[in-house]
Amino acid sequence: MLLFECRSYFYWQEVEVKLTKNVIFTRKGYQPLPENYLLKNATIMDPLQKIEKVLDLHIKKGKISEIGEIDQKKFSGDVLDCEGKIVSPGWLDMHVHLREPGYEGKETIASGSLAAANGGFTGVCCMPNTSPSIDSQEIIQYIKDRSKGFLVDVYPVAAITKKREGKELSEILELVEQGAVAISDDGSPVMSAELMRRALEYSKMVDVPVIGHEEDNSMTEGGDINEGLVSTSLGLHGMPSVAEEIMISRDIMLAEYTDARFHVAHISTARSVELVRQGKAKGIKVTAEVTPHHFTLTDEAVHGYDTNTKMSPPLRTEKDIKAILAGLKDGTIDVIATDHAPHSFEEKEAEYIYAPFGIIGLETAVGLSISRLVNKKILTLKQFIEKVAVFPYHILNLSPPLIKKGTIANLTIFDPVQKWTVDPAKFLSKSSNTPFKNWELIGKPFAVINHNQIFPSVL
Amino acid sequence: MGLSSRHLVGLQEISKDDIMTILESAKSFREVLDRPIKRLPTLQGKTVVNLFYEASTRTRISFELAEKRLSADIVNFTSTSSSVKKGETLIDTVKNIEAMKIDMVVVRHSSPGAPHLLTRALKSHIINAGDGGHEHPTQALLDMFTIQQKFGSIQGKTVALVGDISHSRVAMSNIYGLTKLGARVIVCGPSTLIPREIERLGVEVYHNIDEIIPQVDVLNILRLQLERQREALFPSLREYHNYFGITRERLENATKPILIMHPGPMNRGIEISSDVADSEHSVILEQVTNGVAVRMSVLFLLAGGRSEVN
Repeated sequence: MLLFECRSYFYWQEVEVKLTKNVIFTRKGYQPLPENYLLKNATIMDPLQKIEKVLDLHIKKGKISEIGEIDQKKFSGDVLDCEGKIVSPGWLDMHVHLREPGYEGKETIASGSLAAANGGFTGVCCMPNTSPSIDSQEIIQYIKDRSKGFLVDVYPVAAITKKREGKELSEILELVEQGAVAISDDGSPVMSAELMRRALEYSKMVDVPVIGHEEDNSMTEGGDINEGLVSTSLGLHGMPSVAEEIMISRDIMLAEYTDARFHVAHISTARSVELVRQGKAKGIKVTAEVTPHHFTLTDEAVHGYDTNTKMSPPLRTEKDIKAILAGLKDGTIDVIATDHAPHSFEEKEAEYIYAPFGIIGLETAVGLSISRLVNKKILTLKQFIEKVAVFPYHILNLSPPLIKKGTIANLTIFDPVQKWTVDPAKFLSKSSNTPFKNWELIGKPFAVINHNQIFPSVL
Repeated sequence: MGLSSRHLVGLQEISKDDIMTILESAKSFREVLDRPIKRLPTLQGKTVVNLFYEASTRTRISFELAEKRLSADIVNFTSTSSSVKKGETLIDTVKNIEAMKIDMVVVRHSSPGAPHLLTRALKSHIINAGDGGHEHPTQALLDMFTIQQKFGSIQGKTVALVGDISHSRVAMSNIYGLTKLGARVIVCGPSTLIPREIERLGVEVYHNIDEIIPQVDVLNILRLQLERQREALFPSLREYHNYFGITRERLENATKPILIMHPGPMNRGIEISSDVADSEHSVILEQVTNGVAVRMSVLFLLAGGRSEVN
């Protein structure tokens, strides 16, 4: 069993990746896109426009200027050979912890968005578990200032309640006006049904979803992992699956009662999937996301007490994964989001019960999704792209990027068949708390383009 | 025979052969304890650190005596606050101690898996002296040694673990060890104190003491942690005693003499009545004596010693 990886040599090294003639990536980060850029022989997949074809794509001054067959000889500018690569509208990870302000030792807005770009994402939603939490317009402004000019769009999610204490509503109208795209007390469930009801009613005025971290904490407090055979045999405190399901049932009922939009964060149990399915069938405005680790690992991974198997909600069982896969397939689960939760080396290298909850996910999401979903025929590539590049935007009431003449080129380029080995040394996150170290995955990010900038993945 | 394992972190993780070897070599150490001079030179020059992050009286004294009887050099480290709160990590603490050149670490900690963490960080041999609700392997080994001493063999015997199974590392280690050695294992207690899916570990679950008494050879009565009442896991000591307490009256339904065991410390009048605890069937104090022998055996074998038998 491995111990954890300290930040390794790569982090401190000057790295050079030459993508095309004029695009050389160094540690400095995003590179300006050359004025004329040609993606040659790209398999363009844009689910919203029903495009799925090998074409060439000309980007001029950051905007898509031509899609079709473009003669390379007549083209003056940089050419990126995209043979075998898929070019999709840019991906949005709607559940990311950037840790800034407050916990810059774990991650910053800059490092987290670089990790996102490295993993194939051109947008992230940052959750409000910061210190201070995202419950005032100053913090929203701070995040906007700190992410200004980035390739990666950073969309703040504001707290439902002031300081995420579950007592009083935040100033939701103002927070949304400032740029919050959703509200959530992520990490803490809203235990008061009355408060949750009011949050749903109030947020309806500005049409943002309420994202719920679903667990009844009277049942989960002091818990470490899923309650079951593994918690019993390892002597760890269990968090029963029913604690999540109780809250999801409550909140689906409240969404129905208030006719507001409710989004289930990191769904993890079989029964939860069933509840969302039933809610959708009744026409209730409920949506759901799942993390790659919840469709990949079970609580069996906790044997050996690697603290990178400790997260909230906890890893569940084979039966739950089966239901999650079915939910992904039939559309019950709309979105794949990572719940990227960086923690420092020393915090995770602790006794299991003292280690914090959470693992990072931005840089392993596509590999796990393609290995576990696309290659196992749970999702087609098109359906996978919908779950990272279409539905997250719809849920947040943002317009999804399109591969269309005249629009800003917001693109994710990835290789769906490339094999690679997860090496946390190549992560650009400040943290390396992942249980997937040394995993062989299929499907690798290649580069992202947005806001007239380009970033080649260095994984 | 020596051990195939470098550490003793739990009985789930070591082989049946290793368990047999420990119990076998404990026999000769048990004899040594009855001699006028109880000291052996076996671990002369070896250094053992007793790292106790959780309060303990009998286990700590038992280990310390076992180490002294084997002539080891001993260092004791006791800390009640968690390493996190103290500011230094557990790993840093133990690495510092190891840097002073030691050979073995006996560790007790409130976090399950703490000994596993040490096996990954240190080169020394690690002995688990209780990790949270996970395992307490030397306690189970001494329980098994005691059963073997009385019955000759564990194979085919019915052993009931009675009481708070949910929070008992003693119960877990006994379950792993006893099932490996072919015993029939029953757990019996209030349903709120039996962890979920425990039957998948190969044990039978009962909630009625009177049903099991006619079936068992051994009753191993676990200590009831009084704070569980506040956690709404049982309503009152009175009800607990009335339904789950082992009393002489209850034992009258036995069809054969039952060995009465308790890992201590006892709550007399709650999980066990005094007339049972002090009865001729009780081996509670013999367990304590055997504990020293079993721990000597573990220390000896992990340090590279070989059992003469086999």
